[in-house]
This record gives sequence, C-alpha cells and structure tokens, in this order.
Amino acid sequence: MEYEEKRYRCRSIVKGSGEGEAIVSREAMCFYLCDPETGTVIEKNHPLQGRSIAGKVLVLQSGKGSSVVQVDGFYQLSVKETLPAAIVVRETEPVLVSSAVVVGEPMVDRVEADPFEIIRDGDWVRVDGEAQEILVRRPRV
Amino acid sequence: MRLSDEQKRMYDGSRGPGVQKAMELLVALGKAFDAEEMIPVSRTHVALSGQEGDTYWCELLVNGGARAVVPPTTNPAWDTQTLTRHYDVTPGELDLALRTVDVYRRIGAVLTFCCTPELAGNVPTFGEHVAFSESSATPYVNSVLGARSNRESSVSALASAVTGITPLYGLHFRENRLGTFLVDVEAAPKEPYDWGLLGWYVGKRVGAQVPVFRFRNLQGRPSPEALLYLGAELNTSGAVPLYHILGVTPEAPDEAVAFGGHRPAGSLSVTDRNLEEQEAELSEKGGKINLVMLGCPHYSYAQLRELDRLLAGRTVSVPFWVLTSGDAMELARRSGELARIEASGARLVPDTCIDEPCWKSFEGGLGVTDSPKCMYYRERRGQPFVIRRLGECVEAAVKGEI
Repeated sequence: MEYEEKRYRCRSIVKGSGEGEAIVSREAMCFYLCDPETGTVIEKNHPLQGRSIAGKVLVLQSGKGSSVVQVDGFYQLSVKETLPAAIVVRETEPVLVSSAVVVGEPMVDRVEADPFEIIRDGDWVRVDGEAQEILVRRPRV
Repeated sequence: MRLSDEQKRMYDGSRGPGVQKAMELLVALGKAFDAEEMIPVSRTHVALSGQEGDTYWCELLVNGGARAVVPPTTNPAWDTQTLTRHYDVTPGELDLALRTVDVYRRIGAVLTFCCTPELAGNVPTFGEHVAFSESSATPYVNSVLGARSNRESSVSALASAVTGITPLYGLHFRENRLGTFLVDVEAAPKEPYDWGLLGWYVGKRVGAQVPVFRFRNLQGRPSPEALLYLGAELNTSGAVPLYHILGVTPEAPDEAVAFGGHRPAGSLSVTDRNLEEQEAELSEKGGKINLVMLGCPHYSYAQLRELDRLLAGRTVSVPFWVLTSGDAMELARRSGELARIEASGARLVPDTCIDEPCWKSFEGGLGVTDSPKCMYYRERRGQPFVIRRLGECVEAAVKGEI
C-alpha cells in the first residue's frame, strides 16, 4: 500500500517523542475517568467513551477536572503503562501541563495547522518533541 | 524563557534530579503560557490529597534530593489516629495516608493539614507573589488579601516550594486582574452559607472570567468566612481564582478601578429567589440521614462558636463530624466549646478532608451538609447530600432526618 506523509511544525511543551495510531478527542478530558488497566475512557457521554487511548497519539481539545484528580489520573495510567504515546493539545491548560510533566508524558501544542483538520482517527502519527515536528502518515487514496 | 544562571543550574540537573524535575514542570508551564521569566514566590500552599499521584510527585522530588526553600503549608488528608478508632479502612489506604505524611515531612513542608491557610498559618500580604493551590484558598488570597497567585495545581505549588520561583504570567500581572464581568446582587446574603450559594450560582455562569460583585443590600461587612465560602464555591462550580467586591476587596474601591476603565464583557443579577432555587437544585430532597458533615472548607473558630450556640444542651442522634483546623480545635478546647459540642454527641476532627477513604462507611446513605463543595465531591463517591444552612443541619442531626 502506498502512503502519503506530511510534516507539521509544532511546539514541544513536555519533552519527549512518541508514535502510534491517532485517536482524536474533540472534547476536553479528565484522565481520572479512564480505566488504568486498559486506558479505556469511562466518562459517560464523552465522545471517546469505551475507546482506549493506551499507546496511541491522542489529539486532545484540552484538559478539565480538579488539579489533584487530573494528576492522579495520569499517574494511574503511567503505573499500568496505558498512557498515550504522546499528546497533541489544541487548547493548553495549566493542570494538564502539570500532570503530563509529573509522569513524563510527551506533549506538544501550537501545531501550524488545526490538529483536528490534519489528523484523523486511525492515521499513524509520530510526535517528535526534539525536532518540534509532527509526522502524519495515511494510506494514499 | 530567560533563566538566570542559578535557574539554569536547577534546570540542567546540577542541583539534583528532584529540583530538576520541579524546574521542568515550571518551565513547561511558563512556556505554555508565554512567560518570559521566573519570579520569586514568598509563600506556597500545597493542596495535597493523599491520592497516589500526588504523593508520588512529592516522593519523586524528595528522593531526588529536593527540599522546600519556601516551606509550603499543606492541605488535610485524614487524621489516622482518631478516625481508625471509629471506621474501617484497608491496610493499603492507611499505608498511603502514613506515606503521605512521611514524605511531606521529609521535603520540609509545614504540616498544617488545613485547607484554610489564608485565615491562619500562611497569610500573604497585599501584592505578594505566591503559589497557592487549593480551590478555596487561591481565590481568597487573590481577592480578599490582594496577593497574586495563579490557579496552581498541587504539583506546581510543590515545584515552587522547592525552587522558590514561579513563571511570570496570568494573575501575577495587574492587567489580568481587572474585572471582566459585573454581578449585581439584589440578594442579601447573611451567613457564610448564603455566600456559598451565591458563589455556586455565579461560578456556574461566569466560567473563567473575573467577576465583580456590586451589592445592593449588603448588611455590614462580610466576615472572612463569608468571603471564603464565596470563593470556594465560585472556584468549584466555575474556574474563578479571583473576584472583586466593590467597596470591600482591596482592588475594587470603585467600578473604574475594578474594571480598569473597560466595559464588562457581561453582566448578571442575583436575587434571593435565585439563591433559594439554587439550593433546591443542588440539594437532595430529604429523608432519613446517616451523617452530618461540616467543615468543607475547614470550620474556623468563629464557626465552632456558632455551632456551640446552636447545639446548646441538645443531643444529636446521628454521626456528626466537624472538620476543622488544629489551631481552631485547640482554641475550642481551651475556651470550652469543644467539651460542650462533644457532650451533645457531635465530634470535631482536625487534619481531615471530606474526600477520604475513612468516610466510606457512610456511602450509600443520605448526608446533610452546609457546603455545596462537600456535596459535589462526596457525590462522586456515592453519598448524596441535603444542603442546608447550619441551623437546619443541627435540627436534622437532632431528629435524624430532614
């Protein structure tokens, strides 16, 4: 199968790199409402409810929820190794940044194009924090 | 971001891995919000929770050699000595509570275990740059005391405690502290309880704005407890780390100063009727109760005196817990309120939060509280609450139902 690849500049907020299948959340997330064993979103009525974020590149609108709860959510996922491979954030928020730093979760924002426009569920994405670049690969149609 | 030579040494690991981790967090926050530099903080308060993630972060810093240079006061977890005599917890839950105390002691925190440091123990002055987490404390130090803090998380406040700095952005700048939203209050709040309802009502509607309250029918100056309850609920139903009250809080002598000459982006009016409806919307309907829980945020000594007055000579028929600070409890012990309150069957406990495993035996039953914030966090753990003013909570405790 042939693939098309595109590269986009971004800004690294929490250093590190990761790659995997993309999963897109157009709503903010509270990571406390994920099952740590599987990384599955359990928040009622959340667009990602029932889907796992583990090992994927999560394209995320923003964070929500009280400070301590969000930190513990990231921590529990980290212990069970079910965190996303990297997070691409659209609207940066302080508690989300804090939580990602605590567990060393690679995070970028300020992608040169709207991440919801350039990344779709199922794309393969590499987030390179060092180069401050995102690579998006999908089958050529 | 510009870092000084010493800040660079903290960032590159020369000051040990714990300090480096803290700096990474602060630099990440600073970059995320376009801070150009760090500024010193003179006070910190850490909203520890006794949850694993939060305790892990403190262990990571202290085991990496970090020590508090601006010793933080701390939020409550739970009083293991008192509460394990009354309620069952698992060995894992007890171990986590003891680990939390141990690790915060080792990092050099001031173990106040109290969520109202701004009333006693850690009181900033006007214009002081600080890093205060705890959703009720941040709006109080900003709004009432005129100190400057962003809406910190427990982990970012601890990072500031071990480095002595915070990124310069947001509410550290005067221009970001100006009011953006006008709240006209026809209602006449009296007790802290009424102020809490007002906070919840407004917080839900203003989101992350800076509300400016204009009272039409204010009866005297609001008490510290009233202002505390207002901020606690504003910052629970909304994300409001700063508010102003015209003619009362220090950055709002009049509308021109409070709004900096700008027009408010929106406005809202609040009547007593609105607050009555807010109570009805938040509260469970009533029935047999298994718990009365007061002290979210921690009851002050003045509130303990008021409780003593209302309980006088009566006997409660259900478990009745009042969460308070160690110093308020000691004052009540010396001054006589503690003995009288406990003679009624109610109990005081220091160092303890409503959201801890020691309270799980009440889950599934109906509680009564005077705090919407208490209701909000306990509901997630399966205990619904009726919300009423203190006098009605006491009546409910005597009757065992409401």
